[in-house]
Amino acid sequence: MIRFENVGMRYGPDREVLRDLTFELEPGSFQFLTGPSGAGKTSLLRLLFLSLRPTRGLIKIFGRDVASLKPDDLPALRRRIGIVFQDFRLLNHLTLYENVALPLRVRGHDEASYRNDVVDLIKWVGLAERVHSLPSVLSGGEQQRAAVARALIDRPELLLADEPTGNLDPNLAHRLLRLFVELNRSGTSVVLATHDVSLMERFPARQLILQDGLLDVVEVAA
Amino acid sequence: MTATKGPSRSQRSFGKTGVAGSSAGSSVGASAISLLASLFSGLFPNQAGSSSIVPRSSIAGSALAYLVCIMAFLASLTLGAVSMVSDTAKGWQNDIAQEITIQVPPVEGRDLEVDLETARQIVSAQAGISDVLVIDAAASTALLEPWLGSDMDLSALPVPRLLSVSIDATSPPDFIALKSALAAQVPDASVDNHTLWLDRLSGMADATVLAGLVVFGLMLLATVLTVIFATRGAMAGNSDVIEVLHFVGADRSYIAQQFQKHFLILALKGSAVGAVNALLVFLFAGWWSQAALSDPRSDQMSAFFGSFSVGLSGYIGTVLLVFVIAFLAALTSRLTVMRHVGTLDGSAKR
Repeated sequence: MIRFENVGMRYGPDREVLRDLTFELEPGSFQFLTGPSGAGKTSLLRLLFLSLRPTRGLIKIFGRDVASLKPDDLPALRRRIGIVFQDFRLLNHLTLYENVALPLRVRGHDEASYRNDVVDLIKWVGLAERVHSLPSVLSGGEQQRAAVARALIDRPELLLADEPTGNLDPNLAHRLLRLFVELNRSGTSVVLATHDVSLMERFPARQLILQDGLLDVVEVAA
Repeated sequence: MTATKGPSRSQRSFGKTGVAGSSAGSSVGASAISLLASLFSGLFPNQAGSSSIVPRSSIAGSALAYLVCIMAFLASLTLGAVSMVSDTAKGWQNDIAQEITIQVPPVEGRDLEVDLETARQIVSAQAGISDVLVIDAAASTALLEPWLGSDMDLSALPVPRLLSVSIDATSPPDFIALKSALAAQVPDASVDNHTLWLDRLSGMADATVLAGLVVFGLMLLATVLTVIFATRGAMAGNSDVIEVLHFVGADRSYIAQQFQKHFLILALKGSAVGAVNALLVFLFAGWWSQAALSDPRSDQMSAFFGSFSVGLSGYIGTVLLVFVIAFLAALTSRLTVMRHVGTLDGSAKR
């Protein structure tokens, strides 16, 4: 589904933040992306999300060589990827319902066709009581779950989550992990960037460990 | 109230548990979800009634509306002034082109009154002449009063006499034949068909209109630049919205359309208020000039500026201006968004 070959990336003239990355993401796979702060996790997620281009190497996403993509090709590919940003990126003037429904709305779906699904998903992430609330009155954990719901609403083939449990207490973090696992079982590939060792211990899965821009892939038997 | 038919997307896709916990999530059956969804369905607005993706109110947005309003007002005033000068100049040209003047000087040995009558008969006999008026001695003398004063005895001066000849503008006379007929019997008479005046006047009017158009063009340019800067400022405040839309898979034209619509409405409101105010100024100026016509002091004013009113072209131009400014604001916002979205994927390129 996604293939990196000798990928390197730098910002401007500085040294490379990612060096010689070679790995593949299989359909239906689950992996943690981990490593110390500043190791390049967010940059790698941005490469996977097509919001950055590599400085060298080959990246193929859904069979397309990223180097040959035109700007107008990106939205269609991004629609196959769901992303949970570390800082949530909810729109503060829209209600929780409208934020979660946003990907479907911008893709031109009729609201009648998705209204029930959005409400169900909001309930599923435990925010049924907050459906009309604006993000500004939601707690960090609630915003986190709203961001997860928005990433999931159109059933992405690949889910990228940047520290999705960073604002949650351990109990809620484990529940959210169960949600990702359940999603993975339904066929979605998941890349979950996290520092949380307890999460990785609770759910043994493949680990992509970034250290000083270099990637180490640890296969973990389920 | 709607009822779901069959399993919903979340039932198909997201399993049963959810973050709400197994105790809550697993106990919720399809019928309960349908009921919940149907309860919510009445509360949510439809697609057209959903909140605008672009925040409606912002300081930068309000500033843009005020700026557009002021620029539209000034541009409309300029356009109205250009229209007024152009219409007045055309009026001057028409008035002057419909009249010629024949000057008969006093010549020693000739009877001026006889010459005047001879000239009147010759001119009246020409085709294309609608009226001939002999300006009497008192009126001719009065014409000199502004320069020589009223106390001076002008009877001793050889003041020429004038014939004011109205011509049919649709079939003007043959001026060469007229001049030669006059030259045969009143050799000292001269015919002035105001060509020199007309040339100068139309040159001045054209220059005034051109200057007005240049000012109007500069006003439009200033409006465009103002709209560009204000739109960019308003955009900067909405960059997070643009980024989120971009990252949830909206294509550039969709994002641009949202902002374009927002700024089109904003600029339409602003420019409409500005233009309506300008139209009120035009109407007031027209009413004022009409009301002041009875005042003898306004004669000179009205001689130059006619009724001091903006013509139909000025009103039409002002209304069109509203749409032009709104279009420019929408176009600017579209191009700005397209460029901004382009930069979101442009960093750290090879």
